[in-house]
Amino acid sequence: MIVINCPYCGQDRHEEELTYGGEAEIIRPVDPTTVSDETWTDYLYFRNNPKGIHHEQWCCSAGCGQWFKVARDTVSHAVLEVVTFDKRLSA
Amino acid sequence: MNYNVFNLLWQGLSGHKGWQQAWRSPEPKPRYDAVIIGGGGHGLATAYYLAREYGMTNIALLEKGWLGGGNTGRNTTNVRSDYMFPESAAIYDMALRLYETLGKDLNYNIMLSQRGWLTLIEDQHQMEGARHKANWLQCNGVDGEIIGAAQVAQMMPGLQMKGRYPVRGAFLQKRGGTIRHDAVAWGYARAADRLGVDIIQNCEVQGFEQENGRITAINTSRGRIETDRVGVAVAGHSGVIAEKAGFRLPITSHCLQAMVSEPVRPFLDHVVISPGTGVYINQTQKGEMVMGGVLDLYHSYGQRGNFPTIEKVITSAVEMFPAFSQMRLMRHWAGIVDISPDSSPILGQTPVENMYINCGWGTGGFKAIPAGGYMLAHSIATGRPHELAAPFGLNRFRDNRLVDEGAAAGIAH
Ligand SMILES: Cc1cc2nc3c(=O)[nH]c(=O)nc-3n(C[C@H](O)[C@H](O)[C@H](O)COP(=O)(O)OP(=O)(O)OC[C@H]3O[C@@H](n4cnc5c(N)ncnc54)[C@H](O)[C@@H]3O)c2cc1C
Ligand SMILES: [Zn+2]
Repeated sequence: MIVINCPYCGQDRHEEELTYGGEAEIIRPVDPTTVSDETWTDYLYFRNNPKGIHHEQWCCSAGCGQWFKVARDTVSHAVLEVVTFDKRLSA
Repeated sequence: MNYNVFNLLWQGLSGHKGWQQAWRSPEPKPRYDAVIIGGGGHGLATAYYLAREYGMTNIALLEKGWLGGGNTGRNTTNVRSDYMFPESAAIYDMALRLYETLGKDLNYNIMLSQRGWLTLIEDQHQMEGARHKANWLQCNGVDGEIIGAAQVAQMMPGLQMKGRYPVRGAFLQKRGGTIRHDAVAWGYARAADRLGVDIIQNCEVQGFEQENGRITAINTSRGRIETDRVGVAVAGHSGVIAEKAGFRLPITSHCLQAMVSEPVRPFLDHVVISPGTGVYINQTQKGEMVMGGVLDLYHSYGQRGNFPTIEKVITSAVEMFPAFSQMRLMRHWAGIVDISPDSSPILGQTPVENMYINCGWGTGGFKAIPAGGYMLAHSIATGRPHELAAPFGLNRFRDNRLVDEGAAAGIAH
């Protein structure tokens, strides 16, 4: 079971208390009407899917309600780094 | 040696000492006309149809572990074809029709049991959805009907009708049911081997050599293999292979779990799913209750179970069949499934010129194996998608032409 310490409220939350938000640091193109189809559909559909370290976002939904970023190993599920949403992951 | 009643009798009388190995274990050759990556049902079916329908026999299938050791040997064995969009109905019903004669074609008992697949209807919205779906299926020429609560109660006497999700009826596809999963893998493997395909286990694909956008050789844990064409059917590991070949896929990998109880006497004659809880159940010929639920929502390559899901599945199963509360859980396990944005498969050409893919079946590709294999074989042999596979090309995500079965049929398995 995945347990993550929320960087906002400082509590350990297990996966039932969290909401998964998929890959972190995806940026919506500012003006969808001017970007290429390739850029737009990259944003809509294409995701990193590494067997190993994945940068992702989680929400402390049963706790303080804040979104934060996590680096996690997708095989062992070990949580390697947790940062508040305004910071970048380094792991 | 053919499997038939005379050979069975003869072997029975002579102590079962004369059965031959069902397929060879050849050493990889330095070069093949085509190589298929992945020894699950889709890869093995591809090898069989490539040899039988398209006459390509200088081919190899590479499997990093053992045949059927991926999702094919881990799934809950449910088959049906009640999909909504005409594109999906065509492909899933082709698969079910091929399954209906597969035992004979392969000379291998796949234990097809068309015991009926029931999707419970638990509220007014689901009833309207079921009517909508019934109309679609009629237009697609696929069977499926709505039955009332009294008939559901009669078919499944142990089902709790007035629980948290009261049962108002069910959507029934009579041709749906179960198939013995390992038998599908082994039957295709044996038949492909007999047609000359080299099936090579314990052989992991580790990288590709490319020239001018084409693959020229594959590096494996058992050496380098040159080839003209590559077919990929690795389900949850599609992203890993794509990365090695230098492109991205709109696929994320997730863990899907299932579990079985101890064996009990015949109790449940059909396959049943409750949309309210997402849990589905059937009883194996041995007597075990096979139970599964929804997938773990976060990215995962951890091919193992997880307690929150087990708890959800078990509590829902007991709610559906209160008599289960005394039963013991015997095993649980997980597979890594390949989820696409529209819950439809991805079939055909990849950005690498001579590489073709079959993936994205997600939580429901066991039922599609014969058709999926046929489609990949067609692409490898001709370089073009089969007409039934054309709507499922990777380019649909660039043209925004999804086949959004996830939204339409709310597919589960
Ligand atoms: C718990 C569970 C329940 C399910 N229930 C159902 C159901 O009831 N009905 C249904 O229709 N579907 C169901 N499914 C989905 C179904 O199992 C899959 O869609 C289907 O089996 C996929 O078949 P495949 O041949 O594409 O993949 P797999 O059977 O996973 O085969 C892929 C193979 O590729 C191999 N491979 C991976 N990487 C490499 C490499 N680098 N080199 C060589 N080989 C490699 C793997 O070892 C594996 O054997 C379920 C899945 C799970 C996990
Ligand atoms: Zn918090």
